[in-house]
Amino acid sequence: MGSVGKDIAHDSAVGHVSGESIYIDDMAFAKNELIVDFYASPVANGKIVSIDLTRASNVPGIVGLYTHKDIEGHNKFGPIIADEYLLAEEKVEFIGQPIVVIAGETRKAVLAARKVIDVKIDVLEPTLTIDQSIARKQYLAEPRFIKRGDVDAGFAEADHILEGRFISGGQDHFYLEGQAAIVYPGEYDNLVVHSSTQHPSEVQEVIAHVLGLQQNQVVCITKRMGGGFGGKECQATHPACMASLVAHKTKRPARIVYNKDDDMSFTGGRHPFQNDYKVGFTKDGVITALKTDLYTNGGAANDLSTAVLGRAMTHADNAYFIANAHINGYACKTNLPPNTAFRGFGGPQGVVNIENIMEEIALFLGKDPFDVRSANCYGIEERNTTPYGQIVYNNLLPALLKKVAETSDYKNRLEAVKKFNQTSKTHLKGISITPVKFGISFTTKFLNQANAMVLIYKDGTVLVSTGATEMGQGANTKIRQLVADEFAIDPNMVIMAPTATDKNNNTSATAASAATDLNGSAAVDACVKIRQRLAECAANYLSSDGAGISPSPSHIVFADGNVFDKRRPDKKLTFAEIVSAAYHERINLGERGFYATPGIDFNWKTGVGQPFLYYTQGAACSEVLIDRFTGELKVVRADLWMDIGKSINPGIDRGQITGAYIQGMGWVTTEELRRSEDGVLLSHSPTTYKIPNVQDMPRVFNVDLFDNDKNDVNIKGSKAVGEPPFLLAISVWTAVKQAIASVSKEAAQKLKLPATNEEIIMCMATSKKSALASAKQTKA
Amino acid sequence: MTYKISRRRFGQLAIATSALAALYEYNFAKSNIQALAKQSPAWQGGNIPKLTKVNVNFQVNGTKQAVEVDSRMSLLDCLREKLKLTGSKKGCDHGQCGACTVMVNGRRINSCLTFACMHEGDEITTIEGLAKDGNLHPMQEAFIAHDGFQCGYCTPGQIMSAVALLSETCGKQDSDVAECMSGNICRCAAYPNIVAAIQEVRKGKVNASL
Ligand code: FES
Ligand code: FES
Repeated sequence: MGSVGKDIAHDSAVGHVSGESIYIDDMAFAKNELIVDFYASPVANGKIVSIDLTRASNVPGIVGLYTHKDIEGHNKFGPIIADEYLLAEEKVEFIGQPIVVIAGETRKAVLAARKVIDVKIDVLEPTLTIDQSIARKQYLAEPRFIKRGDVDAGFAEADHILEGRFISGGQDHFYLEGQAAIVYPGEYDNLVVHSSTQHPSEVQEVIAHVLGLQQNQVVCITKRMGGGFGGKECQATHPACMASLVAHKTKRPARIVYNKDDDMSFTGGRHPFQNDYKVGFTKDGVITALKTDLYTNGGAANDLSTAVLGRAMTHADNAYFIANAHINGYACKTNLPPNTAFRGFGGPQGVVNIENIMEEIALFLGKDPFDVRSANCYGIEERNTTPYGQIVYNNLLPALLKKVAETSDYKNRLEAVKKFNQTSKTHLKGISITPVKFGISFTTKFLNQANAMVLIYKDGTVLVSTGATEMGQGANTKIRQLVADEFAIDPNMVIMAPTATDKNNNTSATAASAATDLNGSAAVDACVKIRQRLAECAANYLSSDGAGISPSPSHIVFADGNVFDKRRPDKKLTFAEIVSAAYHERINLGERGFYATPGIDFNWKTGVGQPFLYYTQGAACSEVLIDRFTGELKVVRADLWMDIGKSINPGIDRGQITGAYIQGMGWVTTEELRRSEDGVLLSHSPTTYKIPNVQDMPRVFNVDLFDNDKNDVNIKGSKAVGEPPFLLAISVWTAVKQAIASVSKEAAQKLKLPATNEEIIMCMATSKKSALASAKQTKA
Repeated sequence: MTYKISRRRFGQLAIATSALAALYEYNFAKSNIQALAKQSPAWQGGNIPKLTKVNVNFQVNGTKQAVEVDSRMSLLDCLREKLKLTGSKKGCDHGQCGACTVMVNGRRINSCLTFACMHEGDEITTIEGLAKDGNLHPMQEAFIAHDGFQCGYCTPGQIMSAVALLSETCGKQDSDVAECMSGNICRCAAYPNIVAAIQEVRKGKVNASL
């Protein structure tokens, strides 16, 4: 019996509940270790006039103060475009941009020094919003386009046309463990870096680049993260580089840990979007043409903005066939900290745009939005090609919509909600179903590769290392299960080693939900090779002249911790025995595996391609209850259906689904990044920034996995799960929109995302006046 | 269980001070940074404020400890840095996330919001002290059985809170448990599983006492 498909516990379960799991700042202080921090730009935009470190250098315990002048390699880097500075040179472009790295014997010394560093800055007017960036023509890159069909013809064909603007806000990752790294210097300028990162190879590469070292001189190790969510894909690099600079200069171990307020203020988050749209549709609500301009606030440097924008664009259709589509994307350069990857990676922002359009169409036609969605949903045999030319194979969307409507008793509850809204003077209700179709694979082709190392020791235990980093999502547990099953041994015989660049080189980030897909496949590739060698060895051991059994590797079976020849199943060797035998026969018991996702590519010049190996799909029904006088919002019930193929670990995957949905609820309802007009983040701690807590859980919460064993393109028929369910929470936002629409269409049309209590109350209170976001009818 | 009024007041004072500090930080960031720094005498010449060393004796996980701490060292920092008990986590350091929850004389508190020197003679239990004779506490077992975590960073705090909850007044419903656990946030949002784990242990408790 294999372990794949079973709910085995997370591989760090005991450590997590006993407090033994080690995160970066739990590592014991080394002798001589230095504390690292940095002086960050207090202004969003300005020219540096002078940097005076005299007073700071006099603080007792201060060992080093470093500016960009101390960087021996390159100060400039970036994952897509090299437009970021580790330490500011002439200008500062966002609040929190590091200017001086501080190294001291104690945290107190470092803090004291940070307060007396004297940097004079000529303050310039910052660009903070998308509108300001458009007015000033500040973009991070060239615009991108996806075009299909003829939108003009589509509009001519339409019975109605609506135009409007939709605004969605940012989100802080709020990983509970802040950005952190510890660096140990070694011989010949080598460095060993422990980093809380989703991307050890990038940390390694950028450190080498900044310090002027060779990549083989830097090892980056990641045991685990206390949450990542995309926030540690690129932005874990900066703290690791600063600590490395100190370790390199002083030859002493160096530790950096961001506190929560700094982390929230200084690092980027989810990209805010502002989208304009024009949609044409028939009297039945079927879209004939869509033109939409997606503008994203990328912040001061590109980071991953163009890729995030790309995913927003390839998800601007979500579950709907749009015959004539024109999707334009603009990455705005502003003076916010560079925004970066965040669970969904632009997907949610693209999807919520079209979901809002669905609501607008339904409101305009006076139809049930569910019917409008069903009418536009991708078909099975026809109407099944995305605007970028990929066919939606294995399309379960219509079935999922039907399923969720049934199990949530949508139609009856919708009627009940309508009645409630007619009678209740104090509260409003809204109920909504939204689907999700999330493309799996990195849209940048070369990132879709992974390698793994599998080592078997003489006692039959197995050590596996891959490029996948563990941030709670259970990638390591799932890979452990996959490896155990290849050898038909107990998963407890397999240990996942910390991710480290000296074992797995040139790895991709643990991102795009694809860690298990890629790294699991690479690990299995290695196992298959070793198993073949073991089978050859076993064939000799288990053959018998007397019994007329000649050595035949193809007859060797691995099952239940044993190895035997099919023709003589009573003679068994344990896995440990065959491993020991193989060792004495001088058979190689270690292997590297490799995997590259086949058949995917995308061309941004034409906006056409096959960027995804497959789609993870789902649908959710959410019902909300709103206090009409305070705007207070509760999700009273949620029904979630996800198609994640044949789950490798249903328990862990379920946790991903509920966790992602709740995190998505935060994005669409309570999490608001509020800034002063100078760009200072005002909501920089849990007192002012509200992530969902345990009481925000839906009161009734049904989560089901949709039966689907047809996903033959991915490892063991499974599907990636980390990000897609995040988008199911969009149904909470659309439910709010409907609740408000029951009292005022006009108010509902203004609703922005997040629908905070305040936003809800303001929309309702100001609904008489005309509003920026209100959709206007341009053709009857 | 003694209810120590003076300490509680002190704790409130600490909250007020940290709020002030936050305000100061904000103004600091917002306006001219040097000007404010110069107005503040504490930082003239960039000196570190004088440390006041205090000796404190308490029991941690059943073991007597005598430590010398700066009077302003939080209990959390003392546990993590002086006693090398790194199970208690620092999420926010402002009393807002619950990752640092420990039990003091049977009551749960945020160890980042209380000074170590205030705990003379106290009995402190941290996550490291829950397992007995190599056996996990039932709450720890239940968290494993129900996948009550993902990244694990909030978990020690969740479990300490949950264990303390067992001896508090808390209604039977899941929503009551949610109410009592609302001080512990989990960004991975393992909430449904956390509540399920706690309810399992509570039911077990009821059965056991019957
Ligand atoms: S660290 Fe103490 S409550 Fe957050
Ligand atoms: S398990 Fe990650 S924060 Fe709770």
